Amino acid sequence: MKGGMLTIFRKELARFFGDKRTALATILLPGLLIFAVYTFMGSALSSQFSVDEDFVPAVQAVNLPGSVSALAGQAGLDIQPAQDVEAAKALIQEEALDLLAVFPPDFDGQVAGYDVTSGAPAPAVELYYNSASVNSSAAYEQMAALLEGYETSLSNKFDVNPGDGTTYDLATQADTAGTLMSSMMPMLLMIFLFSGCMAAAPESIAGEKERGTIATLLITPLRRRDLALGKICALSIIALLSGLSSTIGTLLSMPTLMQMEGGVGAAYTPVHYLALCLIILSTVLFIVACISLISAFAKTIKEAQTYVTPLMILAMVVGVTAMFGGGASPHLWAYFIPFYNSVQAMAGLFALELNWTHLLLTVGCNLAYTALGVWGLTRMFNSEKVMFQR
Amino acid sequence: MTDLILDVKGLRKTFQLSAKQQKIEKTKQKVKVAVDNLSFCAHRGEIFGLLGPNGAGKTTTLRMLATLIKPDAGDALVDGASIVREPEQVRSRIGFLTSELKLEDFFTPNYLYDFFSDLHQVPDEVRKARKQALFSRFGIDRFAEVKVADLSTGMKQKVSLVISIVHDPDIIIFDEPTNGLDVITARVVTDFLQELRSQGKSILVSTHIFSLAEKLCDRVGVIIDGAMALCGTLDEVCQGKSLEDRFFDLYVERMGEDA
Repeated sequence: MKGGMLTIFRKELARFFGDKRTALATILLPGLLIFAVYTFMGSALSSQFSVDEDFVPAVQAVNLPGSVSALAGQAGLDIQPAQDVEAAKALIQEEALDLLAVFPPDFDGQVAGYDVTSGAPAPAVELYYNSASVNSSAAYEQMAALLEGYETSLSNKFDVNPGDGTTYDLATQADTAGTLMSSMMPMLLMIFLFSGCMAAAPESIAGEKERGTIATLLITPLRRRDLALGKICALSIIALLSGLSSTIGTLLSMPTLMQMEGGVGAAYTPVHYLALCLIILSTVLFIVACISLISAFAKTIKEAQTYVTPLMILAMVVGVTAMFGGGASPHLWAYFIPFYNSVQAMAGLFALELNWTHLLLTVGCNLAYTALGVWGLTRMFNSEKVMFQR
Repeated sequence: MTDLILDVKGLRKTFQLSAKQQKIEKTKQKVKVAVDNLSFCAHRGEIFGLLGPNGAGKTTTLRMLATLIKPDAGDALVDGASIVREPEQVRSRIGFLTSELKLEDFFTPNYLYDFFSDLHQVPDEVRKARKQALFSRFGIDRFAEVKVADLSTGMKQKVSLVISIVHDPDIIIFDEPTNGLDVITARVVTDFLQELRSQGKSILVSTHIFSLAEKLCDRVGVIIDGAMALCGTLDEVCQGKSLEDRFFDLYVERMGEDA
């Protein structure tokens, strides 16, 4: 009786989408919130750790030697002589001054006369700065780089990566994006999909039990299996939509958050997207089946949500495994383990290492586990103990 | 009136008692027998009343007949279909109404009527004609698009009643049909039950209201403590007394003087 399943499927969707507020809160809101929060975090992070483009540090120096003064002039640093070391330090603490450089008297003479092999302490420059101030830190880095450059130029035997337009990091932008996506997206997707399922499944199954409406369904000729299948399919669609919205929000905010040039999706081909869809679809079906079983067991929505929470934490922890361990697992057994298989398959996919064996094994296992869940849910709908105990 | 539509044979149902319940009931037994070897039959086209005090096992019996719960022993044939072996057949032949069957607050009577018609696989044209007739019969048409949550208790009960018979079943099982209803709504329900009987439907009701049984039922079965104490036509059972007096006689007989 296919009709029964379809009737339940349509009713579940009518129930969900008929309630505009719930539908908006479950589907649109997560994506919007994630986009807003991540974009805000990204721009806040970048503004916190960079200085204005036309920033000129206020630097004072004691015994500024001619050589350094000339270099500083070329670099656009304006260095004033310091009147009093202690007063200057106090100014740095108050963030009124960015940097104080204290050179030994006759620095140039000392440097010229210093023999590296003598073993005597080298002439020292002291740079005082305030790491709590972004500007002061920037001034310190600028000055330290300037002095390092000066020191190197005094006795240049060889250079490492001298520049002149050569790119030494041979990772393509696709690789960089892939590595980043492969470490982050599996966990995020697991969380998004799980929250989507959480929003719909307990209400639909434990809620019907709690309100006594499931008994009304159970006295119709509707087959229990059709009831289980219809609910799981409808809930999966709701969860997918919610997960999709969160994912789009994440992908759109990713460039700002990670300060990456260009989009993150450019490296993936339609085949990758198709594979991802397969994994996500099978994962959602499996998660919905799990939560439905738990919800059928629970007496109230609240109880169902309490029982599901540890499972969600487990799924998140499994999602984190994609961040470590360097890419997808090469072992075949890994793709039999629920949750872990989805995370590993997604990690491989995002790292642009598409392995069809792993992928099909993951999808196949998830579907098999879902079928098992449908069977279990059917049994539970048939059980008066589960359905009617108070 | 000889055609058996309901044949109940030796139904038994027990429930596990928790430690707390054992204390309350002052018993050491872990199992409570709700229905014990219950047999009776009902004929086509009559209203059969299951009478008994609260906790006698009336609702449990009806829930077994409606296949919501399974008997520990015994069986019943509902229009020839076994509640143990062919529960789906039974469900398609009966209309079952009890206060524990709720309608989803979120939907309108109109939507729910169509939804349950689909579950019972009622053809579209039949559904439309039946819906119009039933909705106007019970005055639901004015509230057809109002969410169930916003309906009055009486209107909710009427909607539940209509939805329990979307598939025009030959057997209608009502648990306490007038409980919690005002006199007007209760009258609408009892009138409708008599109307159904005149259409040749068979009706099984449970009630603890004797006046209702006297007015409505052709035959009654008195259940006391999970067992059938007496079963027959109203006249056979009453033996010239009022149903209520007759019930007390039976009750004292069964339970002893301490009752």
